[in-house]
Amino acid sequence: MNLWIWVLVACALSFATKLLGYLVPTKLLKNARTSRVAGALTIGLLTALTVVNTLASGQDVVLDARLGALAAAAVALLLRAPFLLVVIIGAAAAALLRLCGWG
Amino acid sequence: MAPDLLPADSLKHMKFLQSPAVKVGLSISIATGLYAISFGALSVASGLSFWQTMALSLLLFSGGSQFAFVGVIAGGGTGVAAMSAATLLGIRNGVYGIQLNVLLEPRRWRKLIMAHLTIDESAATATGQVDPQEQRRGFWTAGIGVFVLWNIFTAMGAVLGDALGDPKQWGLDGAAVAAFLGLLWPRLKARQPAAIAVVCALVTVLTIPILPPGLPILAAGLVAGLIGWFTSSPVPEGMAPDVEPYDEPYSAGQREDTRGATQEGAK
Repeated sequence: MNLWIWVLVACALSFATKLLGYLVPTKLLKNARTSRVAGALTIGLLTALTVVNTLASGQDVVLDARLGALAAAAVALLLRAPFLLVVIIGAAAAALLRLCGWG
Repeated sequence: MAPDLLPADSLKHMKFLQSPAVKVGLSISIATGLYAISFGALSVASGLSFWQTMALSLLLFSGGSQFAFVGVIAGGGTGVAAMSAATLLGIRNGVYGIQLNVLLEPRRWRKLIMAHLTIDESAATATGQVDPQEQRRGFWTAGIGVFVLWNIFTAMGAVLGDALGDPKQWGLDGAAVAAFLGLLWPRLKARQPAAIAVVCALVTVLTIPILPPGLPILAAGLVAGLIGWFTSSPVPEGMAPDVEPYDEPYSAGQREDTRGATQEGAK
């Protein structure tokens, strides 16, 4: 029963965090510098999401089958594959490498 | 159901499914949604009840935070520690909220629904589009798509438990890697965005062992934001917050850019 409290507190804080972002007035944010920051921020966050999903295992940096998925996806993108195909290729590469006993 | 309504209606339908943002949103929804099987199974195995597991997927709704919550409990941590880890990990959703609010300008009650659907996938799909309507489609497709599938597969995972095996065996973590790279890729054509990406990749790798999970993403975001703040040059191609990552149909600007680069190369 005690755990329920913390489950619900976590849920409430998650929603509050998300909503807080929407309550920042947009007027403050519409100028050239802000759009530079927003653009750079998007690149930074997407890069970090890619890296974390490829290398992180908790607080460890691990080289495993996900690295193969990254490489295969990069090749697919170089060959201008459509997005869904890139995602499927990423999954297939990781699955195949694990089947071969790596990562 | 007047017959003369049908052509316009089917045209609208076709347009919707042909929209690049919708395609990306649906792909991401399926890849991410399937991953919830492992969350459901892990959560029940770590001692949460079925409904506690569902509460996390329905109400907390942020994959990283949910894994952190059950991960702490599985490791013998307290409810407070689990809640703290989940909350820290969720801070980046607030940053996405700021971005999406500027980009999509939702009104009143829509903000509440959008806030709940604000996660990595919906934010990334929306900010990957140039046309405001495509940004909206991208956000709602990925947001609703992931929400529905994430909850269905959480329930499946919680009920079936380990019978399904490890989703890593199916390469689903590789699908996530490919999806995020696919969203990042079109932004890296110009030199400055590529440089920002390299710096942020380094920051992420270096902070993974030092910071609690989730914070390396914020550290990279902070560094990127500072770079954006202190560079005085105009926004280069690929750095505007709303770059069109796909070839059609809005890529006129990008094609010009590529042509220019080729000509320079020819000289």
